[in-house]
Amino acid sequence: MNERIEIRWHGRGGQGAKTASLLLADVAFSQGLYVQGFPEYGPERMGAPITAYTRLSSAPIRVHSNIYEPDYVVVMDETLVGPVDVTAGLSKDGAIVINSSKDPSELAALISDYAGRVYTVDAASISMQTIGRNIPNTPLLAAVVKVSGAMDETIFIENMRHSFEHKFADKPEVIEGNLKALKMAMEEVHLYER
Amino acid sequence: MSIKERLSGNEAVAIAIKQINPDVMAAFPITPSTEIPQHVSTFIANGEIDTEFIPVESEHSSMSACIGSQAAGARSMTATSSCGLALMFEMLYIAASLRLPITMPVVNRALSGPININADHSDSMGARDAGWIQMYAENAQEAYDNLIQAVRIGEHKDVLLPVMTCQDGFITSHAVENIEILEDEKVKDFVGEYKAEKFLLHKTDNMSMGPYDTSAYYMEHKYQQAVGMENARKAIEDVAADFAAMSGRKYDYIEKYKMDDADFAIVIIGSSAGTAKDAIDELRHEGVKAGLVKIRVYRPFPEQEIADALSGVKVVGIMDKSEGYSNNGGPMGAEVKAALYGNGRNIKAVKFVYGLGGRDVKIESIREVFDNLIEVEKTGNVPAHYQYIGLRR
Repeated sequence: MNERIEIRWHGRGGQGAKTASLLLADVAFSQGLYVQGFPEYGPERMGAPITAYTRLSSAPIRVHSNIYEPDYVVVMDETLVGPVDVTAGLSKDGAIVINSSKDPSELAALISDYAGRVYTVDAASISMQTIGRNIPNTPLLAAVVKVSGAMDETIFIENMRHSFEHKFADKPEVIEGNLKALKMAMEEVHLYER
Repeated sequence: MSIKERLSGNEAVAIAIKQINPDVMAAFPITPSTEIPQHVSTFIANGEIDTEFIPVESEHSSMSACIGSQAAGARSMTATSSCGLALMFEMLYIAASLRLPITMPVVNRALSGPININADHSDSMGARDAGWIQMYAENAQEAYDNLIQAVRIGEHKDVLLPVMTCQDGFITSHAVENIEILEDEKVKDFVGEYKAEKFLLHKTDNMSMGPYDTSAYYMEHKYQQAVGMENARKAIEDVAADFAAMSGRKYDYIEKYKMDDADFAIVIIGSSAGTAKDAIDELRHEGVKAGLVKIRVYRPFPEQEIADALSGVKVVGIMDKSEGYSNNGGPMGAEVKAALYGNGRNIKAVKFVYGLGGRDVKIESIREVFDNLIEVEKTGNVPAHYQYIGLRR
């Protein structure tokens, strides 16, 4: 991997952007990386736009500021594309991953000034099919791992299995669904062809 | 062998408390320190520790409860932030003057108003003269390590003073980072069992605490308190040496980063020191001899160490994350300048106020500070007034 990968998460209060930023840090930590995962705190309300951040690095991380020039951006709610400048500072060598069932061209049109790669993944539908509830952060986590190449995919899935086994110790029936959500998202993340 | 973990600053502090297993934890929730008593009460509910948790109705009461229990002979802790610390103000002085080595993690947050939940140092800086030892952390690791050391420093028989260990609200308290924690047994052995020499519940050696002190004795008692703070200097060094032997992690009153040949330096506290180190690496790469001095122990104030560290620099910037409303910057600016004056150093110094109420401090913010210092060196003009960094005008 690169020496450092910086990821910015855009979501709405209650969608799990903070959880996703921490989960990614957690799984990268399991692979021996240095990590930082943190949300931007303010007067949070359900539905209000929120931002969270993840730094992954092969060297210790000392900086304690927000991320202004991310390598990757994940948008958990497509309605934020437009009202929020989701591609601000985003590296053109990086990518944006948007949770949406729309055709990628529709969303790409809204961020036409961004020269990098645009991906969509229907995390809501994947999550409904596999987990039975709309929890988009699990599939989005897999999508950004796939798109960024931040870590080995097989090891990622294995680490997530351990994490789910721990997290869902009292309801093991949901573990397989969550794992399926990860694998489906990796297969169904679509690159917008210009 | 340390245990590699990834924890938020609040989780790290809560784990330190679990490992210390104090006799009493009295607390009232306030953002962003709430998670600390929340985690500790979970450890207690799960039977992992036998600390007596006292839920109270205010921070004035949490500190009062700590004072009562510590006076009775019990190792006592609490945690707070911002307005909670302000509400304790009266009791902070009582804890210190009764010579009760209470330990208190403070998660720094701006004081109201306007109401704000994010980090700056206005809360703990307001309490800097309350008679507490004050330590500041750059990251979760230091927040954890400082708290474990704080117990021994405060309880040292020549010190007997309360200690607050500070970290920046949200910036480190809620950010998950890599950290190495110690084994439970090691921490237990390190802090040892608390055995107060004098305490209220002693069977035979009866005493009273907190009675009226007349003018005939008050000043002598205040002097003894000051002697305790003076003695803390050696205790801090000794405890740091023991801690280094156990953990491999070395601590001092201050940390110097690239100061050996620095022409330009900043003096800074807390999480922004890490950001500043990255900025300094960039500047060094561009040929600017930049460095920093991070103050870890603010009380007792390491005047000599700071003056010595800055002895070779051309221009220094002193960074306050709190306003002083003195018309000339914050408390650190004043104290660091006094340290330089007292030690006969004629170094050009510029005072800055930055990062109030969680205003994000970026690498560029720190570079802007160094740009200012370089300009002072070029022109020879030291601004008469202190400067704001990151202010929208």
